[in-house]
Amino acid sequence: MKVINRKTIMLAVVILAIYAVVEMMIGQGIIDSYVELNIVLIGINIILAVGLNLVTGFTGQFSLGHAAFMAVGAYVSAIVTAKFGQPFIVAITLSALAASLAGVIIGIPTLRLKGDYLAIATLGFGEIIRIMALNIDYIGGASGFNDIPKMTNWTWVYFMVVASIVVIKNFINSRGGRACISISQDETAAEAMGVNTTKYKILAFVIGAFFAGISGALYANYFYFIKPDSFGYMKSIDILVIVVFGGMGSIAGSVVGAVVLSLISLFLQSIPELRMVIYAVILFMIMVYRPQGLLGKEDFRFKFLKKRVV
Amino acid sequence: MEQVLQQLVNGISLGSIYALIALGYTMVYGIINLINFAHGDIYMIGAYVGFAATTFFGLGFIPALIVSMIITAVLGVVVEKVAYKPIRKSTRIAALITAISVSLFLEYGMMYFVKAETRTFPEVLPSKNFRLGNVILNNKDVYIVIVTVVMMLILQYIIHKTKIGMAMRAASMDSEAAQLMGISVDNTISVTFALGSCLAGVAGVLVGVYYNSIDPLMGMMPGIKAFIAAVIGGIGVIPGAMFGGYLLGITETMVSAAGYSLYKDAVAFAILILMLLIKPKGLFGKNVREKV
Repeated sequence: MKVINRKTIMLAVVILAIYAVVEMMIGQGIIDSYVELNIVLIGINIILAVGLNLVTGFTGQFSLGHAAFMAVGAYVSAIVTAKFGQPFIVAITLSALAASLAGVIIGIPTLRLKGDYLAIATLGFGEIIRIMALNIDYIGGASGFNDIPKMTNWTWVYFMVVASIVVIKNFINSRGGRACISISQDETAAEAMGVNTTKYKILAFVIGAFFAGISGALYANYFYFIKPDSFGYMKSIDILVIVVFGGMGSIAGSVVGAVVLSLISLFLQSIPELRMVIYAVILFMIMVYRPQGLLGKEDFRFKFLKKRVV
Repeated sequence: MEQVLQQLVNGISLGSIYALIALGYTMVYGIINLINFAHGDIYMIGAYVGFAATTFFGLGFIPALIVSMIITAVLGVVVEKVAYKPIRKSTRIAALITAISVSLFLEYGMMYFVKAETRTFPEVLPSKNFRLGNVILNNKDVYIVIVTVVMMLILQYIIHKTKIGMAMRAASMDSEAAQLMGISVDNTISVTFALGSCLAGVAGVLVGVYYNSIDPLMGMMPGIKAFIAAVIGGIGVIPGAMFGGYLLGITETMVSAAGYSLYKDAVAFAILILMLLIKPKGLFGKNVREKV
């Protein structure tokens, strides 16, 4: 199959059109800064959720430490832009690489564990990273890192979201992706069929960490200020909730989940305590009545694009 | 040396709390293989019940303890019936997320009712200091240890000498076979939750009395720490949970005393990770080979 065919061209056109329309609306002031802020937040959540979905949904490795990779990305980007004055592209690249490195370091020991134990071990690693950040004075310690230049805008967020979806979607449809899915279905059987389970588990973990690093960089350079407590295990749970809500093993689900949950929390903003209560009830309902998530295994198919061109 | 002994006393008090909470984790995990994330929050509610009983109803220490035990036991059963029963047959991930949602529900539901601020526990036990050589022993330390030891003895008695304890052991070994033998697994699970929650309630009141301050999110960290304690001892093993609790409590106070108090949580997690990597079944756990 050629990469450049009618389907991909159409897809590229649609993607660019969405970008151009929103960019124009921001330029015209139709989308004000408040709406833009929420769009950026949704975008960051989509990147995080899609990355975690690869780890938890497709590969079946339950991680409760995803926010830690976001923290690594955010702090690296903050240091690179604020302390060394480098351009954002350098910062994002370094953030993603640093987070991937953290993914390798955390993944190699922990991914030998299974299920609940893995969840608790990743939670532990996440907390260790947070506590380390709290104790390093160079990056502000507990009081946080201030005066990070604002470099994230709609363009960055949008293309990073598109990149994360395209990369992970293509990974899943590749040999490696199928290996990951086989691991989630039955690890022992996958191993017996000759899948190098350790390798693919770590690969999935590192890809997830890579994108979490990017989202951390976007976050840090949008809000001027980061502190270690923003990346605690509650943040990891938030991301996990998006993945589960949308449907584990569905990228479209993660996107829908990120949008819907962001909107829900936006509407519930005036009652912060009840917000979490309602959140908990929704989560519970989904687990009991629709454990496969909103979209189940349904995913982007782009059939409608094919039909139009054929 | 005195310093070390003094810290040992503090560590044993903290360890008692962890041990009490860890027992609930380990029993529940042993019987339905679920990390009951809401357990730490039941401990928090136990503390609030103790607070209400002593502040608004003027009860003494022991009556408040009993009231708190009863209410948390009921709460534990309600949580089990409402939240965990429907998902007993579903996947591990669904179960864990349900547990997280119950935990969030209890934390923020409580925050909605009692507000987020920290409350000061009334002084129900007038502070008295004993001197043992050069070590100062507060009567609260003594109370914590005595209550914990009594609770554990009662628990051991229930588990090893009574019929319901036998049912619990049978259900945790093989729940289907237990059912075939005429044991009502549903009731057994409820009793397990009641016992575990009641111990968490005790821990909550003890913490309120010992540290004098409680807040709606106080259960998060001790909850996870107690889970670490349960893992150290081998999850599902009751003496292991006690040992793990004391080990963790003493290690934490020692780390704080050595001047690294900011790192004490990190040390706890590091112990957890090392434990999982080296001996995932815990110090007292039995090795179970995985079958396909």
